[in-house]
Amino acid sequence: MDDAVVARLRADFPILTRTVHGRPLVYLDHAASSQRPTAVLDAVHEHYVTRHANVHRGAHQLSAESTDAYEEARATVARFLGAPSPRSLVFVRNATEGLNLLARSWGDAHLGPGDEIVVTVAEHHANLVPWQQAAQRTGAVIRAVPLGPDQRLDLDAYRALLSPRTKVVAVAHMSNVLGVVHPVAEIAEAAHAVGARVFVDGAQAAPHLPVDVAALGVDAYAVSGHKMLGPTGIGALWVEEELLASMPPFLGGGEMIRTVEIERSTYADIPMRFEAGTPAVAEAVGLAAAVRYLEAVGMEAIWRHDRALADLALERFAELDGVRVFGPVGSDRGGIVPFVVEGVHPHDVATALDSEGVAVRAGHHCAQPLMRALGVQSTVRASTHLTTPTSEIETLVRAVRGARDFFAAFA
Amino acid sequence: MSLMEQIYKEVIVERSRRPKRRGAVDPRTHEQEGLNPSCGDELNLTLRVAGDRIEAAAFEGQGCAISQASADLMAEALEGRTLEEARALHAAFRAMLRGEPPAAELGDLQALQGVAKLHARVKCATLPWTTFEGAMQGRSGPIDVDVEPEAELPS
Repeated sequence: MDDAVVARLRADFPILTRTVHGRPLVYLDHAASSQRPTAVLDAVHEHYVTRHANVHRGAHQLSAESTDAYEEARATVARFLGAPSPRSLVFVRNATEGLNLLARSWGDAHLGPGDEIVVTVAEHHANLVPWQQAAQRTGAVIRAVPLGPDQRLDLDAYRALLSPRTKVVAVAHMSNVLGVVHPVAEIAEAAHAVGARVFVDGAQAAPHLPVDVAALGVDAYAVSGHKMLGPTGIGALWVEEELLASMPPFLGGGEMIRTVEIERSTYADIPMRFEAGTPAVAEAVGLAAAVRYLEAVGMEAIWRHDRALADLALERFAELDGVRVFGPVGSDRGGIVPFVVEGVHPHDVATALDSEGVAVRAGHHCAQPLMRALGVQSTVRASTHLTTPTSEIETLVRAVRGARDFFAAFA
Repeated sequence: MSLMEQIYKEVIVERSRRPKRRGAVDPRTHEQEGLNPSCGDELNLTLRVAGDRIEAAAFEGQGCAISQASADLMAEALEGRTLEEARALHAAFRAMLRGEPPAAELGDLQALQGVAKLHARVKCATLPWTTFEGAMQGRSGPIDVDVEPEAELPS
């Protein structure tokens, strides 16, 4: 997308007009949370203003309309992810909750002593800690795929880890630190060959590239609404339909039951079985609006845009002495650029950037094992999205140079 | 003066690079680990207290310039003070980071006044002090900076 297209998109995002410390906001923290276009805010507002009521139990018109809007949102998100049916899409709070649902419901039912859970060293804590907890409950063991020398996953090591003991492979579609897209289809094929399930953390990929869960051949895929232009508090978990239908409930309560007696209950069919309590109806409606916005721009176009920005950032940073960038270079690299400035702590770099209006994240990015593998305690991380113009990459690089020089000036 | 110049005073960068109180007090009466789980900063504070007076204080650990300089300046400021004086100093330090004019008793600690302008970095400066309070309470196990109340409750 050229800068004229990006400028038109930016006009849809009111927050991008604000200033920070007297400078125009340069928002490069999309990997942590994206911003929302007016269309999403309007959809949430319209829901509350015109039709809100509780869903799935209404004897009245508003409830019927709210239920329709909620189920239409489910169908929209399912279609966006390439799911064959909306029945297999569960609304959750965020990808973290979706991954916990898998580890609790599927994990407790299928894991036992000596079974192996394969994760990668690049996983976000959200796709690692729930499996550690499952391992503690069931006696299963965790194995981790290391990085190869090019900072991509070491697929040979991955294949060597697989065995009949492998019951599940938990992997991110796109690393939230290195920006690299993992070869999930290849990973899934190898896992299925030994009878293991493949559960994917799609929090970073779904907002930035076309996702087709059927084509990927995976068993489950979790996303967070707030990273894909939607509201906070809403996410989605797609699970292959037969598998989802076989899974026990995660949370108990209203909505997820069929019949309830004092000592026992029978459970609702999917997907309701996994949606205890009143769901985040307005947020689901907002997420559907976000999905329609992304589709209108085009996921292929957004992915090409992010890749071009990543290439530009990597090229500019390579010209800067004293700046070290992580992650591979290539067509599998999206708009997430982690880096360190030699001799300056990442938080101090981030503060220097913040003082110029440039919003980035600094820290371990909820990926402490990956930080250890990279040999750092933390990094700065800049991340782009469809509203990032090339000028913001230039501003970022200028601000990083300024930060480097500011701290170098002290004796 | 730019925002950066207000925050990163010469003494802060200097102390973060060449701290005067880095190390471990030996023998020691108190030891406490402090963590900022959200950013990974970690600190190990050791103290020797005789009666009600802090004879020696030192720290080890890693983190940003603000947390390192704050730890170094704190360790230096604590030495020779009574526990009561140390607690009063902590209160004055926190007041400064809430944006109040710095008390004279803060001395070199006043260099951290600029941090009050950046809400995102206040915890970096308070981590050493939270760790110190943990040491005084004889806590077992590491203390997280997150246990610190972020803001006063509305009254």
